[in-house]
Parts: sequence; C-alpha cells; structure tokens
Amino acid sequence: MTMVQVEPAHEQPGADQRRRAPSGTSPARRVIRTGFIVTAVALVAATFTYPFLWLISASLKPRYQVFDNLLIPREVQPQNYTSLLDAVPFLTWFGNSMIVGVMAALTVTLSSALVAFGFAYFRFPGRNLLFLLVLGTMMLPAAVTMIPTFLIWQELGLSQTQVPLWAHNVFASAFYVFLMRQFFLSLPRDTFEAARVDGCGYFGLFWRIAMPLCKPALIVVFIFEFRASWTDLIRPLIYLQDEALYTLPRGLKAVLDAFGQGGEQRWEIVMAASVLATVPLIILFFCAQRYFVEGIATQGRKG
Amino acid sequence: MSADVSTAPVAPPMSRGRRWRAAWRRPETRWAYLFLLPWIVGFLAFTAGPMIASLVLSFTDYDVINPASYVGGENYQRMIEDPQVRTALFNTLLYTVIHVPLSIAIALALAVLLNQIGGRFAGFFRTVFYMPAMTPTVAVGVLFLLLLNGQNGLVNAALGLFGIDGPAWTTDPAWVRWGIIIMSLWTIGGTIVILFAALKNVPMDLYEAARIDGAGAWRQFREVTVPMISGSLFFVTIVNTIASLQMFTEVYTMFYGNAQSQLQASDSALFYVIYLFRQGFQFLEMGYASALAWGLFVIVLIVTLVQVKLGDRFVYYEGDDR
Repeated sequence: MTMVQVEPAHEQPGADQRRRAPSGTSPARRVIRTGFIVTAVALVAATFTYPFLWLISASLKPRYQVFDNLLIPREVQPQNYTSLLDAVPFLTWFGNSMIVGVMAALTVTLSSALVAFGFAYFRFPGRNLLFLLVLGTMMLPAAVTMIPTFLIWQELGLSQTQVPLWAHNVFASAFYVFLMRQFFLSLPRDTFEAARVDGCGYFGLFWRIAMPLCKPALIVVFIFEFRASWTDLIRPLIYLQDEALYTLPRGLKAVLDAFGQGGEQRWEIVMAASVLATVPLIILFFCAQRYFVEGIATQGRKG
Repeated sequence: MSADVSTAPVAPPMSRGRRWRAAWRRPETRWAYLFLLPWIVGFLAFTAGPMIASLVLSFTDYDVINPASYVGGENYQRMIEDPQVRTALFNTLLYTVIHVPLSIAIALALAVLLNQIGGRFAGFFRTVFYMPAMTPTVAVGVLFLLLLNGQNGLVNAALGLFGIDGPAWTTDPAWVRWGIIIMSLWTIGGTIVILFAALKNVPMDLYEAARIDGAGAWRQFREVTVPMISGSLFFVTIVNTIASLQMFTEVYTMFYGNAQSQLQASDSALFYVIYLFRQGFQFLEMGYASALAWGLFVIVLIVTLVQVKLGDRFVYYEGDDR
C-alpha cells in the first residue's frame, strides 16, 4: 500500500551526490554537461515565464501600446486598474470567489476526511464494493449529471444562488476520499487501538487522533479544492445570471466580452482583470508550495 | 490490500444473509456506515439519481418550461445525423490525440532534465514550470487569445525571429485547432511534477547495472527509466485523456460567449462539451443535451477501458508493495 507522506521540500544532499555522479566521466565533462542541461532548461523556463511578465507589463500599458510586445512599458499607466474597478464590481466578484472557494474547500475537506476514515478504519460488509463505486465515479464526466443537477437546484429554488457552486461538496468527493484514505491507512493501527482501550469513541478516534495526524493531507485537499473552485467557469455560467453574484472566472469572462474581442477593445482593462484574478492563486501556491508538489506527486505515485 | 488493516478472524462459512445480519448487529458496522453517510447520500442524490434522470431525459424533448414529452430514440438519431456533433467530436478527438502524447513527451523530457540537474536548481525550475498550471483557466484563455493573435501576438513575433510568418491562430479556421494545442502545452506543470517525482524514485543502482552492461544513455532511458515510471506514465495518460475529452473552459473563454468571437471561430473551436453546454443551457434543448452527455460517457468509458487494457501490457509494477 502506498504511503502518502508529505516530505520535506528539500532533498537529502546524499541523494544528489549519487545522482550527479555517473561513473566513467571526468569531472570537467560532467560540469560542462550539467551546465549545458541547466542552460537548456533555463531557456524553456524563460519561455514558460514570459507570458506572465508580458501579462503584467501589458496590464500597465496605455491602450495603444498593449500590443507593442515590449517587456518594459514605454509609459506606465497603473490607472488601468482603477478604471477596471470603476467599470465592474471586481472586488465583489473577488469576495464572492473567496466565500465560494472557502465553503467549497472546507466542506469537501471535512466530508471527504470523514468518509475516508470510514473506509480506512472499519471493516464492514460491502466495503470493497462501495470503495470500487467511489473510484468509479471519478471517471464519470461531469456533463452526465450536469443537467439533472441543475434541475434539482431549480426545484429547491437555489438555482440563481451561489449554493450550487459548492453545496455538493458537503457529500464528499471521490478523488479526495481516495487521497485521504491512503493517508489514514498509513497511520499505525496501534495508536487507534490504544485510544479505544482508553475509552475513546469512534468519532473521537477520527476527530481527536486521525485528523490532527493528517494535517498535511487536509491542507492538500483544502488548497486543491480552493484552486478548483477559484478557476471553475462552467458552474457560474449555468447558475449565476445576476452580476453581483459572479465569481472571478465568470466576472473575467464578462470583462473579456465587454472590453475585449467584440467589445470596446480596451485590452489593458482585460489584462488588469486577468492579473488580479491570477495573483491570489500564485500567492497561495508560494505559501503552500510543498503541499501542492507533494499532493500532485502523490496522485501519480498511486496510478 | 495492506496486511496491517485486515486482520479479520477466520470465521466458519455462513450464508450471505446471515453474515450481513450478524455484521449489522455489530456497532462497528453501523458506525462505519455512519461515517460513509455523506458519500452515500451524495452518491444517490448527485450521481446515481442524476445519471438515471439524464438517461430518462435523453429520450424526451424537454425545455424546462414545458413538461417533458417522450420522443423515443429521436435524440440519439439526431445526434448521429447532426453535422455539428461530427465536427465537435472530430475537434475533440484530434485535440486529445495530439495533446496527450505531445504534452506527456515534453513533460517527460523536462522531467528527465530536471532529474539530471537535481538539487535546489531542479526545485526552482519545477516551481517555474508549475506556475502556469496555477493560473485560473479563464485567464489562460484570455492570455492566449492575445499571445496567439495573428497580427501582433507574441507567438508570431517569436516565429518572426526565425523568419517564419505565423498564421492567424485565433481567426483562421485552419489554424485555430493548432493554436489551442499550443496553449494547452503551457499548462503541463502538473504532469512534469508527477513524472519528476516518479523519476526520483528510480533506484540509481539500476542505471549503474545498465551502464556496466554497456547500455548507452538512450538504452538506459528506454530499458530502465520508462519501465520504472510506467505506472506514472499510465496515470498521466489516463487522467489527461479524460480531461482532454472534456475540454471546455479555455476554448469557451476564447471563442464563445459573444456574437463576434463565435463568428470568427466558425466551427473549428467547437469542442464536444461546449456543444453540449450550449444545447442544454443556451438553447434549452435539455433532452438532446442529455443524449449528448451519455454519448460522451460512452466515449470516455470506451477510451479508458482500451487504455487500461493496453496499460496492463506495458505497465511494470514493482514486485513488492507499490
């Protein structure tokens, strides 16, 4: 069974030494070779980064210089950002995305942990069958359930609210159940047995013992779902008509339609909106980088 | 399954029903189902229920306002004859067939190079490669709408440096699909991270042994690296394929939503889920959209099963626990 571990971000120096020492090559050749590889990778990395720099730069340019492709704007025009905030309720959308994102992430983390613990700790009839069903739902295209789900929310009178953007997360999500179950399985069973002997109830096992031990996994699930919610466009397109309820992706699409192509051609505004929509995720990534990297790497390991 | 969890005592054989009843008397079983309750309720209400409902809807004509009326297999008939379904399917499959191998090949190449570098540098570059994957999908669409612009986009400016006169990626129907593929290569950071992590787990002594046997770099790659990370390669192939078949957000952002951009894109940017979404929620053809959804489900199912079958042949699993 694969152990899900959140390892320290830095690698052990010993592992590096081994990797860097192909036998039978002279030190000088090795240095040249490594230098060559670093240069090549750096070039590709620059290509990956350039669009970001271009975006930030373009968001600060006057309208007619947006397309001049210069990295340093000839004239800096930070007013693009205030024009954006004057033209559309961008801060409201930002707040909406925050609320929806936190609700989505919080509910899915708690519910998936609960379900995952049920699968990991207990032995009960039907366990394997149900878990197979959990795995099976991961393959199901969202489009299959999209329309009836919309009809359910409409029936409940909630189809024009933000509730459908996160409420399904109360019922756990297959992928996270899978991820957390792996984590719970890696905990030593003796810990639980000892707590049982001390009179700890099943819910206590989960809440007071398993959960605190799984904080890294909980963080992984939380930030993954927060990001997913922050970039979701299709649900806001389906459910939100009222501009005041828009989340950022929906708002950004509205900005593009109004100010970009087919609109006023004020691309500098669109660029400013794109920067503002992106920055929070980049900040989140840098704050929680090791959780992101471990979380993603873990998925693959379990292929 | 791991041994540390299942230490079930060997019980004398019992009938299925009696075993169930006996199990239900144990509080542990009831507690287990209590823990599973959120998922069970959600599965019934938001997965199984809607699946059945959409299957039923797919045999009806339903526009939300008027009650649904049974039309038999008409929607499926229409689906087979609809030229736009054919276009959407073609675009989606073409995108998948090119994007998946290409993105994995590039990601693998970069991951191998990162693994050669090792240490802090590798960590730094990994961060750089992953950052685009953190960009909100709509923002990716917006950004590439400009980068791919035929007249003054950055992509064509770069091609110009090599004396190539780049096409109008966002407006020329012959090039729109390729523009979308270029865009899709910017966000392969997740694949790089997965493959890089897998490479780090390949034991060094295997390479040592291969070198002693006289294997060159390429043979080491083919006969040590690829088999040892085949599990991860298999995983990213399946996941990327399923995601590609459901491509929506970037392309919708770029080419749909207001009249002019639709006009420009003609049908060359019509992806399957976009067509389904528009049928269902813009034209309120909910019955037809449900049929399209089931069509997609069948396609995803077939493609995945074929990949799993093929994967069984190529994937090497380590003898022990992985």
